[in-house]
Amino acid sequence: MSGIQGYLRADGRKGIRNVVAVAYLVECAHHVARAIVTKTDDSDVHLIGFPGCFPNAYALKVMQAIGTHPNIGGVLLISLGCESFNREALRAAIEASGRPVETLVIQENGGTASTIEKGRQAVARLKALAGQTPVAPMDISELVIGTICGGSDGTSGITANPAVGRAFDRLGAAGAACVFEETGELVGCETIMAHRAITPELGVELEASVRKAEAYYTVMGYGSFAPGNAEGGLTTQEEKSMGAYSKSGSAPIVGILKPGDQPPSGGLYLLDVVPDGEVRFGFPNISDNAEIVELIACGAHLTLFTTGRGSVVGSAISPVIKVCANPETYRKLSGDMDVDAGRIMEGRGTLNEVGDEIFDLVLAVAGGRRTVSEALGHQEFILTYKAFDPIGPACLPLRRAS
Amino acid sequence: MKPILLHPDDNVLVLAEPITAGQAIEIDGAPVIPPQDVAVGHKIARRALSVGDKVLKYGAPIGSMTAAAQIGAHVHMHNMKSDYIASHTRLATGGEDPGR
Repeated sequence: MSGIQGYLRADGRKGIRNVVAVAYLVECAHHVARAIVTKTDDSDVHLIGFPGCFPNAYALKVMQAIGTHPNIGGVLLISLGCESFNREALRAAIEASGRPVETLVIQENGGTASTIEKGRQAVARLKALAGQTPVAPMDISELVIGTICGGSDGTSGITANPAVGRAFDRLGAAGAACVFEETGELVGCETIMAHRAITPELGVELEASVRKAEAYYTVMGYGSFAPGNAEGGLTTQEEKSMGAYSKSGSAPIVGILKPGDQPPSGGLYLLDVVPDGEVRFGFPNISDNAEIVELIACGAHLTLFTTGRGSVVGSAISPVIKVCANPETYRKLSGDMDVDAGRIMEGRGTLNEVGDEIFDLVLAVAGGRRTVSEALGHQEFILTYKAFDPIGPACLPLRRAS
Repeated sequence: MKPILLHPDDNVLVLAEPITAGQAIEIDGAPVIPPQDVAVGHKIARRALSVGDKVLKYGAPIGSMTAAAQIGAHVHMHNMKSDYIASHTRLATGGEDPGR
């Protein structure tokens, strides 16, 4: 028994938070949406959105996945009115999931001040409906856990990342779906990773996903490598990759997801975040926050975020657990960190001990305990343009007989 | 001070604490005088490295030497490079065609 009480949604999914999301559907509606959230001043009312005025199937899919995320109890859509975003398709997907949803079109509601006021009333109605969501026991096997690294340095691959790998091994063994990502940060690891695939066909797909990332980043002219990585002792993309890869632990890889795909079973999945086809819309992920949004779009109830240099971010919708790799960073930024994995460097703990601490914290946070970034009010969210082909047949495990 | 050996095949070591030029450290049981200060998380040469040598960390190649390094010396962007995609610093411009 996990002891977790989840929010049981009408579509049968279970969440660990009961968030009302206010979503702007173009940058022109951002201010109104933000004002509604700010004036509501409730830690479980979050701002999300998409800034572009041009249509994009990926953005719609991600917004639909997030609007129907198990941690979501209701959604308010804020549209300017003339933008391309298909607000009816988004609303229909949320409605079909049984979650309450309302739409306010600024051009049809008297403009800024009036829409903000109506929006506050709508959020109050949505909060009331979300508050009626029944709770039900939730097993570890019903959890989806993401992992990401940000602000990596030479300690990340020695402490926090392999410690998360140990936690992932335990969570996966208990039946949870565990999702790791950033194929651009797996460049150099493709061969060893392919050997962990549950089928040879999946192994081929894993290698192909990393080759795609390498080609894409080569056109962009930069790897997934920031100056702070170098200041922290990492020299090359493949060195960073080896450290990042250890977040995945040692379990077999059962499938590949693309943003917005839901893992059909428990086990370890790679999230392929690099767009398909020609290079069109710029960098695959312009910042760590975009990767977290994609993990959430794959159903992640919470995300394990490892950092060496000291990322402070959290996210909207799903809590982020911050695992600090570098003991010097932890001393400087302890108020932003959940786990001191850097103690492994100083002989004050082992990988297994920190892995167990992360596992226990996942269950506590799933049970309602606020993470540090959550308590600080972090709600970062960013979604930009991308293009993907659907995943191929080799990418998913055979559905379990029910 | 003993730097961390992550894999028996590695030819670089990772620092768990900073080292200071001239102050002896231990590499494979023998005392070595490092030629410069190096920070936590950075790499030093486990043995003398030559131009073109593959740098091994976690037992895997993480790039190639572009300049020689003596034992105990800092191994970083000044003397090694990626075999995949070049790394960049804050001096990078994000220009339209980095390959130019």
